[in-house]
Amino acid sequence: MFHAILFYSFAAILVVAALGVIFARNPVHAVMFLVLAFFQSAVLWLLAEAEFLAIVLVLVYVGAVMVLFLFVVMMLDVEVEEIRGGYTRYAPLGIVIAGLMVVELAQVIWLRGKEGFAVDGFRPTPEGYSNTEALGSVLYTEHVYAFEIAAVILLLAIVAAISLTMRRRPGLKQQDIASQVAVRAQDRVRIVKMASEKPE
Amino acid sequence: MTALIPDFVMLPWMAFWEGLPPLMQLLFSKTTLIVFVTVCIILTVAFTTYFERKVIGYMQGRIGPNRVGPLGLGQPFADVIKLLIKEIVVPQKSNRFLFIIAPLLSIVPALATWAVIPLNPTTVIADINAGLLYVLALTSVGVYGVILAGWATNSKYAFLGAMRSAAQIVAYEIAMGFALVGVLMAGGSLNLGDITRAQAGGVSHWFILPLLPLFLVYFISGVAETNRAPFDVAEGESEIVAGFHVEYSGVAFAVFFLAEYANMVLISALTSIFFLGGWASPFEGWTFLGAESLLREPSFFWLAVKIAFFIFVFFWLRATFPRYRYDQIMRLGWKVFIPITIVWIAVEGVMAWLRIGPWSGMAG
Repeated sequence: MFHAILFYSFAAILVVAALGVIFARNPVHAVMFLVLAFFQSAVLWLLAEAEFLAIVLVLVYVGAVMVLFLFVVMMLDVEVEEIRGGYTRYAPLGIVIAGLMVVELAQVIWLRGKEGFAVDGFRPTPEGYSNTEALGSVLYTEHVYAFEIAAVILLLAIVAAISLTMRRRPGLKQQDIASQVAVRAQDRVRIVKMASEKPE
Repeated sequence: MTALIPDFVMLPWMAFWEGLPPLMQLLFSKTTLIVFVTVCIILTVAFTTYFERKVIGYMQGRIGPNRVGPLGLGQPFADVIKLLIKEIVVPQKSNRFLFIIAPLLSIVPALATWAVIPLNPTTVIADINAGLLYVLALTSVGVYGVILAGWATNSKYAFLGAMRSAAQIVAYEIAMGFALVGVLMAGGSLNLGDITRAQAGGVSHWFILPLLPLFLVYFISGVAETNRAPFDVAEGESEIVAGFHVEYSGVAFAVFFLAEYANMVLISALTSIFFLGGWASPFEGWTFLGAESLLREPSFFWLAVKIAFFIFVFFWLRATFPRYRYDQIMRLGWKVFIPITIVWIAVEGVMAWLRIGPWSGMAG
């Protein structure tokens, strides 16, 4: 009962936040609504006792991805009127995608439910069960190849992104940090001894 | 402890307590603990400002605050009252809602992280398995306060501060995370209590010895993450006035200040727990202190001593070093710290394989 109240209240906030992402006029507000939506889905995962996934969601999406997103959105001077204009243009595509997702959800919930996959609520985990350990032990034994391949793909993406954006412009003045650090006072300053002079 | 309270109060209270359902008991005891810890942190922060002004004062040949109360000890309260009765000025073209909510977004993660910090061998608000991840997640959320404050103010100085802070925190978070991977490997757990217990048995068992480079990287990244000198380019009063909080006044400014100092105390506590054994006593196993010596017992006292030491180091750094140039901060984060942590994780792998250091007791 208590569990259900918590679930529905957090789920309601999640839906409101997700709607806010679409309908907010200000792009920074939209990003903040998305952050709220991530937090709420993390809470829902916590309720399902998936604490590792929940915290990693906050760590990766809220802590890193959305910060960079906010960074970019703030730098861009987005014209609100132009976005309004694009609304009707992209509406058919949006409706098709939304329809597809509804169909997929219905398939998962309704068809799988008929096959007897449905359980009432989550099964409570036994005492001393660690979600993180369980995940790690499967990830590094059974699925180690898939895991490693995913890691290599991510590394490839990093290298590709850097090599695409890095251009060597000729005539660019750059600092050599090592030589700056290694510099000593006698290289730069010369102290001259001279006798004191007196104007006649 | 119970002897201090007379029976005619204690007995009805015990009867009342036993009669409560377990959920209410949990709620009551946790709420009391949360309120107690929060009030303690806020008081610590208040006296940390006094401590900072005294320490830097003496380092610069001054005496620091000495007018309010004995030895100037009333100074923090005078400051708080001054800030409380000042007006909060909201700039006309600012984004009002985000302007007001930004200080709150920076203080909440700083306080919420204390939920998983083990204060002594038995006291921790939430003894969760993924404690270390929780710490990482919440410290990374703290940057929103700074970025939103800079944007909502609608001023270029504030905006420049916010941009600098965002880039800096994203860069140093990676080094911090990798340093904690090393701690995780040595401690064999994500639970902060278990990490501390893994360091039991005297100074030679503390992680600072096998993980010395990671300790340095973690603490310096912590200084950068809290926007303290010499990494305080987000504030940069000589270039961009006061950075992200240039238009803040009164309580709103006080909350930013509180968040910065609460984060300093937090980083000090985390460094003590990850590398200096947390509540563990440095005299563990020193028999000549006497069989019953309290100094050898693990207790909150030792954690407090370690926290105080690291807070002192924060001030020491501030009084010693000039501010870093912005491009050099980026270079230090990306090109020095991250390679150091990755190399040391590999070294730790070799140490674990050869069963030396913290891994000597490991079976198999």
